[in-house]
Amino acid sequence: MQITSALPIAKMVSGNRVVLGNGIVQVVGDANASPEEEKKLRRRLVEKALESLSRDGA
Amino acid sequence: MRVVHYLNQFFGGLGGEEKAAAPLEIRDGAIGPGKQLEQLLGTNAEIVLTLICGDNYATEKQDQFIASALEKIRAADADLFIAGPCFLAGRYGVAAGALCKAVQSQLEIPVVTAMARENPGADLFRESLYIIDSRESAAKMGEGLARMARFAQKLSSNQEIGSPRDEGYIPRGLIRDQFVEKTAAERLVDMLMAKAKGQPFESEMQPATFERIPMPPGVKDLKKAKLMLITDGGLVPKGNPDKIQGSAATRWGSYSIKDCDDLKSDDYEISHGGYDPQFVRQDPDRLVPLDVVRELEKEGRVGKLCDEFISTSGLANPLSNTRRMGREIANKAKRLGVDAIILTST
Repeated sequence: MQITSALPIAKMVSGNRVVLGNGIVQVVGDANASPEEEKKLRRRLVEKALESLSRDGA
Repeated sequence: MRVVHYLNQFFGGLGGEEKAAAPLEIRDGAIGPGKQLEQLLGTNAEIVLTLICGDNYATEKQDQFIASALEKIRAADADLFIAGPCFLAGRYGVAAGALCKAVQSQLEIPVVTAMARENPGADLFRESLYIIDSRESAAKMGEGLARMARFAQKLSSNQEIGSPRDEGYIPRGLIRDQFVEKTAAERLVDMLMAKAKGQPFESEMQPATFERIPMPPGVKDLKKAKLMLITDGGLVPKGNPDKIQGSAATRWGSYSIKDCDDLKSDDYEISHGGYDPQFVRQDPDRLVPLDVVRELEKEGRVGKLCDEFISTSGLANPLSNTRRMGREIANKAKRLGVDAIILTST
């Protein structure tokens, strides 16, 4: 599966499992948030990624 | 002109699927469709040798297959090599493409193959080779052979090769200089007017095509799965030991994260010319989420994180190159017994 903020590219190359990242320059980060908030965001994205990996079918 | 022709077990007359494991065999002269091909090539061409190989052998032992085929073709003193046509037969198409590419680069003689556009071999090799579009069905054998023969004659007599549409080959994605009457702006307006009027027009830009990849089944039990982290955001250890280029990268690297719970900014740098790397430089976990994956691993939500993460730089890279790296990385993941991958892309 792929975490990316460049969704059109992921779709163009027929990516099946795609989670929208938090930005091109920090896919799973947020420099403006506090370290705790940032880690929460990262964890949320990775949990979404794991959900997508365990899903069957489109 | 001495011609060597390659056929699979079916077209070579060995048998059907039950003979797919047959190793490379050679026959003097033309066999099966080669007989018609020889006639179509004209009186000065002779198929001196036919190579026949089972599809499974050619696929599973591709290196051996290609090495012994090259030896036979070299010994036959061939001026031209022809493979197929392969139609929609996937293993046959991939073997024909791989062999043609090897002959072209190592023996430096003209090569021609033919297959359907949907054949996986076409997608893999169309940028390296002239692949005649054979259509899908072997019922079109006669037409396919005629197109191949015509094209092979042109190629071996060093005639200028026209556009894919004129010559009947699958577009290679090559861009060529050409003198034209009208400027780009005029041509563009002409196309736009034709489109508005519902008239036919042909775009000069052919977007790359991507085959649909069927979605593999989901991972049944993440608690037992081995997970790997990959990025195309160019995160590399300080000093960039594999010299991964920041643009049009030809290499990828595999870096240890064994016993590491958090990626430190002092240990890494970014080799990628396509985005502002300051945030990832401050904290590499913003690109490769090692810290939270380790937490999830400790909590038992995922089985085991792979001891290495893989990185390359995804920027301005030709498809032939990225596909090769993709295959190499997939093979590595398979060897390591990886069940699931999270790829983070900038």
